[in-house]
Amino acid sequence: MIDQIRRAYAIAKKDVRIYYLKGPVIIFGILSPAFLFLAFMIGRDLPVDFLIAGLLGMTIFFTSTSVTPVIAPTETQTRNLERLAAAPISVTTILFGDMLASVLFGIVISLVPILLGMALGVTIVHPFILALGIVLAAFCFSAMGLIFSSTPTSMTSTVMMLSTMVKFPLVFISGIFIPVQELPSWGQALASLSPLTYITELCRYSFQGACHYPVMVDIGALLVFLIVFMVIAIKLHERSLPKRL
Amino acid sequence: MKNVIEVKELTKHYNGLTAVDHINFEVEEGEVFGFLGPNGAGKTTTVRMLTGVIKPSSGSVSVMGFDLGRDPIRAKETMGVVPELSNAYTELSAWNNLQFMAELYGVPKRVAVSRAEELLTKFDLYDRKDHAVKTFSKGMKQKLITAMSLMNDPEILFLDEPTSGLDVRSARLIKEMVRELRDTGKTIFLTTHYMDEASQLCNRIAIINHGRIAAIDAPEKLKMRIGGLQYVEVSFTAPVDVSDLSAMSGITRVRTSGDKIQLYTEEPDRAIRGLVDYSRSNDREIVTLNTLTPTLEDVFVKLTEEE
Ligand SMILES: Nc1ncnc2c1ncn2[C@@H]1O[C@H](COP(=O)(O)OP(=O)(O)OP(=O)(O)O)[C@@H](O)[C@H]1O
Ligand SMILES: [Mg+2]
Repeated sequence: MIDQIRRAYAIAKKDVRIYYLKGPVIIFGILSPAFLFLAFMIGRDLPVDFLIAGLLGMTIFFTSTSVTPVIAPTETQTRNLERLAAAPISVTTILFGDMLASVLFGIVISLVPILLGMALGVTIVHPFILALGIVLAAFCFSAMGLIFSSTPTSMTSTVMMLSTMVKFPLVFISGIFIPVQELPSWGQALASLSPLTYITELCRYSFQGACHYPVMVDIGALLVFLIVFMVIAIKLHERSLPKRL
Repeated sequence: MKNVIEVKELTKHYNGLTAVDHINFEVEEGEVFGFLGPNGAGKTTTVRMLTGVIKPSSGSVSVMGFDLGRDPIRAKETMGVVPELSNAYTELSAWNNLQFMAELYGVPKRVAVSRAEELLTKFDLYDRKDHAVKTFSKGMKQKLITAMSLMNDPEILFLDEPTSGLDVRSARLIKEMVRELRDTGKTIFLTTHYMDEASQLCNRIAIINHGRIAAIDAPEKLKMRIGGLQYVEVSFTAPVDVSDLSAMSGITRVRTSGDKIQLYTEEPDRAIRGLVDYSRSNDREIVTLNTLTPTLEDVFVKLTEEE
């Protein structure tokens, strides 16, 4: 068990070295939330702390879901996968390592909107909740990325297209641009199905001191999503790995 | 002798196609075991099942006493693998690739550093150790991949066509390494299309065809096993009528190849006497005369012939 954790860490280290600077990671992870946010913000008069909370939620979402989908198709194409499959590690270990690299990316990049917010005079009312939320959400979204990458293909673009088709609609139903409490009841029902809703909630709580759901519900929901995503990802990857060789 | 690999009724189906069909064999400790077969015979599929990369449809494999189905992690820790088509991480340096392997196999850092230095030196890559692998030539990559498979000091090494596409010197280096490893008591499972490589290196050879094992034996015994394949090769100063030669006693088959005539026979001695008589009575001078025993290639061709 401890051995497997160490080996997952080795995989994460390798991922950091190779994948952080790949084109799709930069484009889908950093540029797309930035543009989406600007497009939404321009010409509207909204409080800064509301905006920063939304930006932060979106940043964690996009960055954490951008690394994991790139790894499996790339390694299929470059033929590194058979090596990993022959190594004394389980599929779970490989996925856990990939997830770790992705989480780290999400956390580091999410510091940007936080610092931006602080520069604009936003105060963090609940730093501990914020930190917990960011870490939890980064894990949750990385696991979500792993589900996309279980498609047995060597084309990164296929996986990216698939993930974009899911990710963009999620942004619009997750209370980023309009807080959950202001949504109609069908909108609220829809929002409750998106993990992004709960981290946005936690960001609002941390910056503005209040949010719609109780904090424990938000944290619990993220945990549940994380576990569900991880279980699905492991099952799917166990099935698709042999098809990639 | 202890069996380090035991394969029982191993089978793999790929939607309707049986790539490997109920094969059984054992590999003993310290032997170089050759695995030969035509393209698509099921060699790589077998190696993948033996190394735990894919799961068999049925049957079992145990390596170093660990059942690959039940205890894959422990089994895999004892092996080194050079897959048929594989690559190092091209963005990483040779050094980082080796260290990554060490970490995956749980080799302590200090051991890993000295082993990597040793292997890089041995494979002539030491002065390129900090360069990204994408700047390497094909041969250099193959040597690095071989070095990577040795980072955990495996008891068993699986090599799937390790010398294909390598120049003579690099291929020799790899063959030399196989001999050295064998001399230190390691077991090697070698897949290759090069017959001379197999007959030079292997203690035993299995020939696989259409997913079934056609024969397993020591190379020399395999050659003896197919009778009628010894032949006498002769050439004359002037053309001769081949049908006269095939009428000679004890000749089973006649083949011409260029100006040479090959007479297949169970009794080379009698064939030679016959040829001498023939040349004398027909006034044809013999230019060359050789007796040839079957090569591994002959055995291979014979055993994998389409019926
Ligand atoms: N992933 C796969 N999906 C479907 N069929 C496969 C797969 N891998 C191999 N096969 C089939 O199984 C058979 C055996 O293939 P295998 O790669 O084991 O042959 P091989 O003996 O290694 O050949 P070569 O000498 O060309 O490397 C072939 O008919 C091949 O088409
Ligand atoms: Mg093959």
